[in-house]
Amino acid sequence: MIQIETNKTPKCELEIKKQWCKGCNLCVAACPRSVLALDLLGKIKVVEAEKCIACGLCESTCPDFAIRVIKNA
Amino acid sequence: MRELAEVRLMQGNEACVQAALDAGVRFFGGYPITPSTEIAEGMAEKLPALGGKFIQMEDEIASIASIIGASLAGVKSMTATSGPGFSLMQENLGYACMTEVPCVIVNVQRGGPSTGRPTAPAQGDVMQARWGTHGDHPAIVLSPWSAQETYTLTVKAVNLSERFRTPVILLMDEVVAHLREGVRMPDPRQLKLIERPRPQGGRENYRPFGGALDEVPAVADFGMGYRCNVTGLVHDDVGHPSGSPQVTNDLIRRLSGKVEAHRDEIIDYELTQTGDADMVIFAYGSTARTSLRALKLARAQGLKVGMIRPTTLWPFPEKAIEEVAERGIPILVPEMNLGQLVLEVERIAKGRSLVQPLSRVDGELFNPDEILEAVKELKPVKSRKSSKKEGI
Amino acid sequence: MSFDVMDYFRQETLPHIWCPGCGNGIILRDFAVALERLNYPRDEVVIVSGIGCSSRAAGYLNFDTVHTTHGRALPFATGIKLANPNLKVFVIMGDGDSSAIGGNHLIHAARRNIDLTAIIFNNNIYGMTGGQFSPLTPRDKKATTAPYGMIEQSFDICRLAEGAGATYVGRATTYHNQLLTQLIIDGAQNPGFSLIEAVTHCPTSYGRRNGMASPSDMVRWQKDNAVWIDKVRAGKAEVKDGQFTIGLLHRHEAPEFTQAYMEVIKRARGQE
Repeated sequence: MIQIETNKTPKCELEIKKQWCKGCNLCVAACPRSVLALDLLGKIKVVEAEKCIACGLCESTCPDFAIRVIKNA
Repeated sequence: MRELAEVRLMQGNEACVQAALDAGVRFFGGYPITPSTEIAEGMAEKLPALGGKFIQMEDEIASIASIIGASLAGVKSMTATSGPGFSLMQENLGYACMTEVPCVIVNVQRGGPSTGRPTAPAQGDVMQARWGTHGDHPAIVLSPWSAQETYTLTVKAVNLSERFRTPVILLMDEVVAHLREGVRMPDPRQLKLIERPRPQGGRENYRPFGGALDEVPAVADFGMGYRCNVTGLVHDDVGHPSGSPQVTNDLIRRLSGKVEAHRDEIIDYELTQTGDADMVIFAYGSTARTSLRALKLARAQGLKVGMIRPTTLWPFPEKAIEEVAERGIPILVPEMNLGQLVLEVERIAKGRSLVQPLSRVDGELFNPDEILEAVKELKPVKSRKSSKKEGI
Repeated sequence: MSFDVMDYFRQETLPHIWCPGCGNGIILRDFAVALERLNYPRDEVVIVSGIGCSSRAAGYLNFDTVHTTHGRALPFATGIKLANPNLKVFVIMGDGDSSAIGGNHLIHAARRNIDLTAIIFNNNIYGMTGGQFSPLTPRDKKATTAPYGMIEQSFDICRLAEGAGATYVGRATTYHNQLLTQLIIDGAQNPGFSLIEAVTHCPTSYGRRNGMASPSDMVRWQKDNAVWIDKVRAGKAEVKDGQFTIGLLHRHEAPEFTQAYMEVIKRARGQE
């Protein structure tokens, strides 16, 4: 089963599927607020959730469908 | 649509067109090439009135691709070509085998290799029809000897492709294709037509590539809502690519198995005066016409000659040879090639009968006298070597 | 609940086979977004692909899908569309797939103006076989079969399609992915042959050999070298050597093939 990690930010929930992350760093480079980073094993993690503006660039730039941005209602 | 039984003077190629239409073919993709072009021309003229579709593609590779696509959409489909075009079709022919897409490929054989003799008859594509595409795969190949039989075998080809979800090759030769003779056609509504097995249940349990070794799984048309994946890669029973040795083994064995297990449904041959024969001619296509004349000449001279005329070349009609070989009587195999199907005859005869090839590759038909002469020289088998003595 | 791209995938087939940082997944996502907005009945959508990295895309999508033979996706798609014109047929191809081995089929599908939407994943290289040059590899770039640099001229596949008769031609990149989504939507709605070139990146087989080691370097290259066609036409930008235009590059109206064939059927039936 795919485990989904949910990260709450001020404007959205960031759902991350670590098992699908291949560590390419595209989302890290795309994020305008440095919300994301690669962990020691080279997988995506949320480091500064409070800075997230829910722009969705990480989701649309991730080639592996490992991030989903669910904006707050 | 025709609505009555009728007799018409037709070319083999014309009979092929009418039979395909009567059998429910409603899509044709092709490319002009001698001596098969009349089939494309006939389809271009006749399909649209039946609501069918004709398309002239940019080459033969595209032609066979288009008919596989149309068949995936649920429409009975056909292409027709000749030697060089048949060579170009080989990759996608294998694709149709692998993906189990029903379709009919007509190859009107001409002199080869390469551009060869475009307007001359030949039977040089017999082995290519069996083994032309790479990898182990099933092959159903039918070969008519007359315009009449072109009609019946075209219907059969369409039916077998639907029945077994596999491409079927109608292997004609230039003489049969262009010969004009009376063709008796039944009321098309009286024809027994076969439709491919289609799924009944829901999407969840649909296994378009599953089943036992001898099984032909049901296939959904695109647009029916089953959301199939079709790939030429080795695939599992739902159609996903797989690298598993078990999945590979099961698939490759089933593709051939589903045809091999039903040989008796597929194979047909005609025996002429073999019961009392001391020697037998094994011939197909227009060569069998000449052979029949030679048989009559021989009988008139008191020689007990019989003939085996297969209309199914592949799977090879082993039983027909087996019965003759058991009696140890010699077999002459005239072919307009350097000896292709004769190798199969030898394989089944296993040295029990002398098997004598007779070749002609000059772009001319055999004449009855040369077959008669060859029959007279047949000797009962002594050793395996003797069958190779005269050779080609 | 926001749109979940996973609704469009056969989830049991994921994660996909593409390398880390490969742009193909980005295009695939944009395509799924375009399908969401097009809102076609799902069972009327057929996706046809050729052979190569790009063409694995079809198998991940939850529609009727066909992974055909190398270069031949368009003639397969032509048969499907002509046999059942109600189907919405998309064709996914790579640059080598569509322009080398399948180049002839490409120009003829464009010439016929058959209602297919072709999406060409252009990563400038044969990725699956390990980095051989394609007809879209730029001059002087390196490939395993051009170890001293590419000496051949490359195709501009959009101009090729336009010249052959395509009625809708656009280009976007994996960086400009909103544009890409919009081009796919508009291309699908164009009643005729539409070609959308999606400039993508192959870090493994192209970037590493050509001074762009990381996926983000390659995406930055796209950002820096793509020039909006609207700006060029307005005289506000120019296309420098090595740069390329993006946007809706060409559009014209012409009779569509399967509709024209319906007229043939009427004529043959003596209805006109």
